[in-house]
Amino acid sequence: MANIIEMPKLSDTMTVGTLVKWLKKEGDVVKSGDNLAEVETDKATMELECFFDGTLLKIFAEAGSQVALGAPLCAVGKAGETVEAPASTAPAPAAKEEPKKEASAKAEAAPAPAASGEKKEAELKKPSADTAPAPSAPARAEGERVKISPLAKKLADEKGIDLSSVTGSGPGGRIVRADIEAAAKNPKPAASAKSGAPAASFSGGTVGAKGPIQDERTVTVSTMRGVIGKRLLESKTTIPHFYLEIEVDAEPLMALREQLNKGLEKAGVKLSVNDFILKGSAEALRRVPDVNAAWEGTQIRYFGSAHVSFAVALPDGLITPVVRDAHDKSIFQVSSEAKSLGKLAKDKKLKPDQFTGGTFCVSNLGMMGIPKFFPIINPPNAAILGVGTTVTKPVVKNGQIVIGQTLTLTLSADHRVVDGAVGAQFLAALKAVLESPALLLV
Amino acid sequence: MAVISYREAIRAALAEELTRDENVVLMGEEVANFHGAYKVSEGLLEKFGPDRIVDTPISEAGFIGMGVGASMLGVRPVMELMFWSFYSVAFDQILNNAANVRYMSGGLINCPIVIRGPANGGTNVGATHSHTPENVLANHPGVKVIVPATAADAKGLLKSAIRDNDPCFFLENTILYGEKGEVSDDPELLIPLGVADVKRQGTDLTIVTYGRCVLHSLVAADILEKEHDVSVEVIDLRTIRPLDIDTVLASVKKTHRVLIVEEQKPFASVGSQLAYMIQREAFDELDGPIHRLATIDAPAIYSPPVEVEQLPNPQRVLKAALAAVE
Repeated sequence: MANIIEMPKLSDTMTVGTLVKWLKKEGDVVKSGDNLAEVETDKATMELECFFDGTLLKIFAEAGSQVALGAPLCAVGKAGETVEAPASTAPAPAAKEEPKKEASAKAEAAPAPAASGEKKEAELKKPSADTAPAPSAPARAEGERVKISPLAKKLADEKGIDLSSVTGSGPGGRIVRADIEAAAKNPKPAASAKSGAPAASFSGGTVGAKGPIQDERTVTVSTMRGVIGKRLLESKTTIPHFYLEIEVDAEPLMALREQLNKGLEKAGVKLSVNDFILKGSAEALRRVPDVNAAWEGTQIRYFGSAHVSFAVALPDGLITPVVRDAHDKSIFQVSSEAKSLGKLAKDKKLKPDQFTGGTFCVSNLGMMGIPKFFPIINPPNAAILGVGTTVTKPVVKNGQIVIGQTLTLTLSADHRVVDGAVGAQFLAALKAVLESPALLLV
Repeated sequence: MAVISYREAIRAALAEELTRDENVVLMGEEVANFHGAYKVSEGLLEKFGPDRIVDTPISEAGFIGMGVGASMLGVRPVMELMFWSFYSVAFDQILNNAANVRYMSGGLINCPIVIRGPANGGTNVGATHSHTPENVLANHPGVKVIVPATAADAKGLLKSAIRDNDPCFFLENTILYGEKGEVSDDPELLIPLGVADVKRQGTDLTIVTYGRCVLHSLVAADILEKEHDVSVEVIDLRTIRPLDIDTVLASVKKTHRVLIVEEQKPFASVGSQLAYMIQREAFDELDGPIHRLATIDAPAIYSPPVEVEQLPNPQRVLKAALAAVE
């Protein structure tokens, strides 16, 4: 009797998984421990491990399709064995490139059917010419091959880029690595400007260049983007956010950082401002532990450790890897862990235990030049810290106006858990350690 | 370290190995009294005597056959062909006998012969004197094919070839004999066979090449860097067989674009084999098709200005490289 392998729960919040690609094909001999397929959850792309020895007899879910938890993926058994179709062989249908506009337009135009059963029948009976489904990939003629270099193909697969939106700049319109990298950096593809003619120059005041700013299109929401949307909406609409802001004198921090980095240059260690913020937050949580908490409906949970997470932007969303027990780690440990987690996040290789279980979150847009902002709480955390850029500006020191460096920190807090005074104490504690940053080294 | 010519480097390798091992002998047309057609063996007769530096009649089938037989009996002969183009006269001796004997004898008989001499075109000596036989030679399992590009490589590789127990075919480029370079005088400095050399580091394009085309490629790479902002890695294969595909693949994984440059006719050449191996092992790393520059597909032309147009040169490498990074 063949073993049916079902879509496993690969993260706490997962309800469906996207089967990215099969690593084995029907007929392959597989061993326990082999990786059968890559599955994209709401957070990461993970490998689907086989727990049986045998032959991969039958694949039920196509690459690219979304499969509900527990739905059958494939069958592994003895070679030649016939596979009984599993009871529910209906994985959620693929949602690759839905012709959304056409679909919704049709829905509006069609009279509402009396009952869903009737609708189906009615549609089946209609002459096919009227109801032919809209073509799925409007960017290229049907059946036209996408010209793409092997490397670009691999990168596009890795980054999850929809090739129908990418214009190739290589010979004959071939999509090459640079096109994929540009598309990944800038979801509104600048690629269309690259086809043949040189990019529009700004000389001679050709400001009013004609043409669309990008190819109009709809893109199916990735699993990750969908989860982010749902959770942030839930957070912003159900959690009573309030905001506190404090300005920190960043000079001592910048000076210490420069001094440490100079001394550590040979060791290849480079501390970022964010590393100090992560460590500083953990220290501030130690001093004002009431912020390190979560609202659980009828109770409030106060955490015993500062598991500080930080937001990492990815091409199709963001993720918050967690530096566990940051209060117990040296700033060097925090820095090196944050670096390796950040890299794993960018490669979409984070494991669930590396991005779940944070008790406090840091979101830093300083490197993008944003002076301050109000981040949305990442539930179940009770607070999130928004970190702005370091600004050089006139400040008053000892009654004199001098040039100084400042950093603005904004705390978004859940008022059910954290009151104004507690949040203010936390920011004051954080300001104190960041303005005497040597404290973070002891 | 001394700056010496490619010719002098080969002579130094011969002298050092003749000194080290009394079983090493040098044989060929005019190698003794006339010092070789390209004066590689100058002074060796005086130093090692007529028993070890031996002039042979003009009969490649005869004297290469003699060398193959001697090598089977424990002599380590270095055979000079006045032109590698004459290898076809001794085809049976080289490929049927030398290349096959270890296999045919079940491993009982080795054939530690080195056959060396000038190869390639560019010296206006016509179609019968300008062959590039490395692909034909390398087609035979059991042999080693070596094509040095610099004086230092010529010396280190020839010494390794003389000490090797397989038939080694050592192809010297006639035009390179006068090229100078820094060469170690350490008599134990060997360059292993089957190890390619990254002659220049780069990030945008890998040029895989060997022999004189290494020099063309380095010149082109400098221009590409300065004038076109294209960073080129130049891999000198040094030996065609064994072929160091790992070094090539590591470079392709870095640059994702490949140009193969060879002074061969393009059909079924070393470059053809390389292109196959690269696409097989690094298909997903390629961001464009593998490009190749070879000699124009015609017998070598006698007319000097026309022969120049037939062969690869830096300008042509430059043009091919720009096409490869398009």
